[in-house]
Amino acid sequence: MDYGFWIALGLDIVSAAFVITGAVFVLAGAIGVIRLPDFYTRMHAAGVTDTLGAELIVIGLMIQGGFTLITVKLALLGVFVFLTSPTATHAVANAAYKSGLKPLLTRYRPHAGSDDGGAA
Amino acid sequence: MASRLFYGVLLALVLSVLWLLLSGYWFKPLLVGFGVLAVVVALVTTARMGLLDGESVPFARLPHYLKYWSWLGAEIFKANIAVVRISMAPDLNIKPVMTRVAVTAKTDMARTTYANSITLTPGTVTVEVEETGFLVHALTEEFADQDAFRDIERRAIEAVEGKDVLEKPRGEA
Repeated sequence: MDYGFWIALGLDIVSAAFVITGAVFVLAGAIGVIRLPDFYTRMHAAGVTDTLGAELIVIGLMIQGGFTLITVKLALLGVFVFLTSPTATHAVANAAYKSGLKPLLTRYRPHAGSDDGGAA
Repeated sequence: MASRLFYGVLLALVLSVLWLLLSGYWFKPLLVGFGVLAVVVALVTTARMGLLDGESVPFARLPHYLKYWSWLGAEIFKANIAVVRISMAPDLNIKPVMTRVAVTAKTDMARTTYANSITLTPGTVTVEVEETGFLVHALTEEFADQDAFRDIERRAIEAVEGKDVLEKPRGEA
């Protein structure tokens, strides 16, 4: 009995699951950016894209790469995204704050009057 | 002096391994020679700038960082789920807050790690860094939990500075 085929298939399924889950989180982040009201709250939604979304896709690709130099490079890529994305986010947020953009600090509930809002 | 030698050797080692892994040229003498040249140039430049210390060459504490990052990764995962749940809810209901978080960490590295960890966790972003605290914007009040921030800071200090190191002037460690 040849197990090689089944192991390759299993790895493909696991890797596809990681990549698809990552893509779903990227999509959720994009939808959040559109739905949330102001600059600072949208930044939180964008954070979903470059933490969980990006890292899950990198993990999925690492499984595809197997024990090769490509996997090493992908791992380093994951670490660099992990280290640089908060720095970039902070730079953008700090620039907005310094230039006087006031954050929205009141309750935001646009659908409160609708059927969904009444139920919740 | 001895510690500078230690960090120099460590940096040379890490740069060499990184060069070999990224290029993949293990057996071509000319290209490996260029790689050695690149490592030497980087090493001499770093030494001349006086940067051979624990802050520029943090690789000796890599196991501590890996432990901290895996803990932070789990926290980020949980926070991601929470943010997606809020931003995708049919009845969008948020109340953003600006909150001030006290900082007791002394070294730049620990403070940076702490601020970046807050930013990296979805739902909270460090907007302004001050001498004694950070100004943090949170998506809802649940994210602005002071005890959770305390916990992150304690672990960040432990990972960056270690338990025994309290505060040493730079270049003496």
